Amino acid sequence: MSLEARSLTFRYPRRGKKPVLEHVNLTLEPGERIGLTAPSGRGKTTLCKLLAGYERPTAGEILLDGRPLSHYRGACPVQMIWQHPETVLDPLLPLEVSLKEAGPVEERLLEELHIQPQWLRRYPQELSGGELQRFCIARALGRATRYLLCDEITAMLDPITQAQIWGFLLREAERRNLGLLIVSHSAPLLERVCTRVEVLSSPPEKTTPLS
Amino acid sequence: MRQLNRRQRTLLLLLLTLSVLLAVTLAGALLTQRATETDFFRMNRSPSLTFLFGTDWMGRDMLARTLAGLSLSIRIGVLTALVSAVIALLCGVAAALSRRADAVLSWCIDLFLGIPHILLVMLISLAFGRGFLGVVAGVSLSHWPSLARVIRGEVLSLRHAPYLLAAEKLGAPRGQIVRRHLLPHLLPQFLTGLILQFPHAILHEASVTFLGFGLSSEQPAIGVILSESMQYLTTGRWWLALFPGLALVGVVLLFAALGEQVRRVLDPSSVHQ
Repeated sequence: MSLEARSLTFRYPRRGKKPVLEHVNLTLEPGERIGLTAPSGRGKTTLCKLLAGYERPTAGEILLDGRPLSHYRGACPVQMIWQHPETVLDPLLPLEVSLKEAGPVEERLLEELHIQPQWLRRYPQELSGGELQRFCIARALGRATRYLLCDEITAMLDPITQAQIWGFLLREAERRNLGLLIVSHSAPLLERVCTRVEVLSSPPEKTTPLS
Repeated sequence: MRQLNRRQRTLLLLLLTLSVLLAVTLAGALLTQRATETDFFRMNRSPSLTFLFGTDWMGRDMLARTLAGLSLSIRIGVLTALVSAVIALLCGVAAALSRRADAVLSWCIDLFLGIPHILLVMLISLAFGRGFLGVVAGVSLSHWPSLARVIRGEVLSLRHAPYLLAAEKLGAPRGQIVRRHLLPHLLPQFLTGLILQFPHAILHEASVTFLGFGLSSEQPAIGVILSESMQYLTTGRWWLALFPGLALVGVVLLFAALGEQVRRVLDPSSVHQ
């Protein structure tokens, strides 16, 4: 019973031969909260995308309870919350529609995330990033979700809102025994919310002889 | 006008343009009978109050002929624009969804764009036996590539849009994704392309008829009127070509304005203006 990445290697097509991720291993148990940190451009977001099934690894595999993640149909049990909420909400749809993309969302979630009822009728460009992010969190917490990948989800928020959102996420994770992968540059945040912190090391530099 | 905002003004203009075009179409359809009426007692009259556009060498009222011609042109334009836009939509979506279809269709698009339009329209029109069918087939079969290319590009970029991928991951059914996310984003491009196809279609219909490969000469089409009146221009009967020509330009401009206004109304970045 875990989300497991085995020897993941990933390279973006046409970006040279050097992979972004090489032989990355990671195991996320239910109820566990892993913090992930690394300098920019090291592949944190790419790792999240791989684990959530947005990209396919060049080599290696992602197993959910021992079964490859790509075999799961319907709502994916691993949900990713993106760093930029405005890109994952369709600009032409009112938030109400985006929110209920895959079935109804519990009233309780909306209340706990302080989503105002009048926001539901608005379009994404009429709300701020922090307000949009709450919608993305509520939407990602569907019934099927068991693992949540949080890719710098509070980087653009003020400290009070950050605290509110993390408080809520920790309570929710506790209640539903969710596994959390939390990507952040903020060491104090990771220390506070995570059960353990991993540093994504850079792929071993090939020592190429100077020509 | 002042207290209305830009969106309302655009909508108003849109309605006005539409009603003018509709009026021309209806008037022309009703006047077709009068347009073919010959009366040799009133041949070659220059424009006057009774005959605003003058009369031709067979005593036909040029105003009625022009309106009937425009009406025919507009009907051909609507039909061809619809047909070619639907072809473009199907080809564009197919190209975006399958790599093999993309290779074939991209090659076809390049081929079609490489041949001068007028030549293609003439050939297809001839192959379809000229007349109404020939013109419609010629213009619609030669005008889909540019819109198809636009739609293909649009679908390609939409397929990798994070909100579409996220909806997929959230378990939204395929049909719902196409209906909610894909089509609404394609609609502005499609509608604008469709409407901008009209002026093209009308001009090509007129020119191919003018060259003698389109509609037959007894039909009151603008192209027929213009090509016949060319013979009389040198004898000083300028009104035969001037008014129908101006009217054609006017209708084409109206359609272009219509397309521009529809684009402004639908384009998300100018929605709140």
